[in-house]
Amino acid sequence: MDLSYTPEEEDFRARLRDWLAKALPTLPAKPSPADWPGRRAYDLGWQRMLYDAGYADVHWDASPTTRLIFLEETERAGAPYVGANFVGLLHAGPTVAAEGTAEQRARWLPPILRGEEVWCQGFSEPGAGSDLAALRTRAWRDGDDYVVSGSKIWTSHAEVADWCELLVRTDPDVPKHKGITWLAMPMDADGITVRPLRTLAGSAEFAEVFLDEVRVPAGNRVGAENDGWRVTMVTLSFERGTAFVGEVVACRRVLAELARAARENGCWDDPVLRRRLGRLEAEFRALWRLTQWNVSEAEANGGVPGAGGSVFKLRYSHARQELYDTAADVLGPAALDLDRPWVLDRLSALSYTIAAGTSQIQRNIVAERILGLPKGR
Amino acid sequence: MRFQLTEDQKALRAGMRELLERRFGREALRAAVDAPGRLDRELWRALGDAGFFALRLPEADGGVGLGLPEAVLAFEEAGRALLPGPLAATHLAAGAVPGAATGETVVAAVDGELVEWLEAADVVRGQASGAVALRSLDPLTPLHRTPAAGATGTGTQDPVAVLLTAAEQLGTAVRVGELAVQHARNRTQFGQPIGAFQAVKHLCADLLVRTETARVAVYAAAVTADPADIAAARLLADEAAVQGARDCLQVHGGMGFTWEADVHLHLKRAWVRARRGGGSTESEELLAARLVA
Repeated sequence: MDLSYTPEEEDFRARLRDWLAKALPTLPAKPSPADWPGRRAYDLGWQRMLYDAGYADVHWDASPTTRLIFLEETERAGAPYVGANFVGLLHAGPTVAAEGTAEQRARWLPPILRGEEVWCQGFSEPGAGSDLAALRTRAWRDGDDYVVSGSKIWTSHAEVADWCELLVRTDPDVPKHKGITWLAMPMDADGITVRPLRTLAGSAEFAEVFLDEVRVPAGNRVGAENDGWRVTMVTLSFERGTAFVGEVVACRRVLAELARAARENGCWDDPVLRRRLGRLEAEFRALWRLTQWNVSEAEANGGVPGAGGSVFKLRYSHARQELYDTAADVLGPAALDLDRPWVLDRLSALSYTIAAGTSQIQRNIVAERILGLPKGR
Repeated sequence: MRFQLTEDQKALRAGMRELLERRFGREALRAAVDAPGRLDRELWRALGDAGFFALRLPEADGGVGLGLPEAVLAFEEAGRALLPGPLAATHLAAGAVPGAATGETVVAAVDGELVEWLEAADVVRGQASGAVALRSLDPLTPLHRTPAAGATGTGTQDPVAVLLTAAEQLGTAVRVGELAVQHARNRTQFGQPIGAFQAVKHLCADLLVRTETARVAVYAAAVTADPADIAAARLLADEAAVQGARDCLQVHGGMGFTWEADVHLHLKRAWVRARRGGGSTESEELLAARLVA
């Protein structure tokens, strides 16, 4: 067991740190959360800066440890997160890289890396959330096109996306996991209607997408027809792999800020609250170690994230909610003021036990795939 | 960064597991329960021969010359086997108390107001005069309580002792997880294994998540030896062991509430260990202080 880094990794860290110190002051002002076109431009601009500096493909080509260092350092420096590039860089990109043809990789990957195109995810449907394979959006083959009709929901960045990684049902007559196909759908095609959804935090973070006989060229299919479930599982293992590294670093910073705020407003003298902060510190230290463990394991297995991702996601999503609930106790009555820091974070943290597989689904995964308990009701 | 067990570390853990399964299997465990207060000296010497107590002692001093990570792996296995005796106290006395390293001498230590294995020990470290025997909650750990006036209270515990205790707690969490999953697979109700029911499945999943979170905290603390990492490891390992044993008991249903099931022995030992080194309060305060340092 070794927690030290190689000279090459330390060198990467030092160069990245230098570059961040010079690059971050040149960033434009951050757009308001409601300004989607502004957010798109800002996030793509950041990706372009990473591209020009040679860091654009760190999520794909670098070793898991290098990626860990990248996420740790960018978060520490207060750099922007992947934002609107999330699906392109962490979902669709890795999927196309792993499963796409040479032509598809050449068409879709460079624009993601250069910060030119935004992707969104068309997986969930009103009737198929946790039971993802129950999706009903249909696609028929018509000449060189698929014709797609149905609807998707919880589609982040749909309003400003150029492409959608879309799961469609191409064969309704076989078991539900077997008739699914993965398509890259251009978001400017005819027949697409995007309706933003307002979240309980007040913002429009995602949308409903209605598809009315949308024509998608057959050449946009990644993987074989009806083989989309397997392709999707490739995507999801990336999602649960290193997607939260930067956030754990951020949570540790918030916790230190909370402790300072508690000292300033006097509630630090309450031993119950103080001990709760101490316990959270234990929790986030452990979550950071779990991240390092999972990354080391992925490195040992040739870069493939293991089932440890579900263990991490379960523990982390609850810890994040506990962190912001504790923040509310530090804030006191100000916890009801939406203009105070941490109040919106507390609201958005409510999604963490639901998004990317609910805690209940994650527990089933842990019980069935790691512990080998039987499938059942 | 290679935060995974090395081949040597895996071999050490497997060797320790094999030794304990051979020398302290279920029959020996239940025999120990039936003869409370008696320490198996032969087993203690076997542990000494295997290097359990001398693991971190330099080779020049007759030790094995390994580090804290290896000691943690050995203690995890001791916890998994529910091995009784003042393991950490004797381990920490190796090199300081003659015979401790080889398992010839059994060493107990005063910890706050409590002393484990006082009467069975050859040497007691700390001020134990006037100590009074308790009717111990854990049938496998005899306990004495020192007079309150002479007690040092909290804040005196060696961080290494805290970490080794956390490693034992991790072993308990691992073992009760194995017992729970085994029972959930084998016990059928309503025509199927109870492990197919989501309510049972989720108890087992949570048990594993707590165990794996505690594991990385304990292993990382063994690598860094940072007191804050050790404090974090103890909090998570206590939680994993105590809550894990309770969940295991719940999965066992009525059978879990009987003396014959081993679950209560794991829970009771986890409760005893959770009291060591000032308990959770001290660790939480240490970590809170670190936040504003």
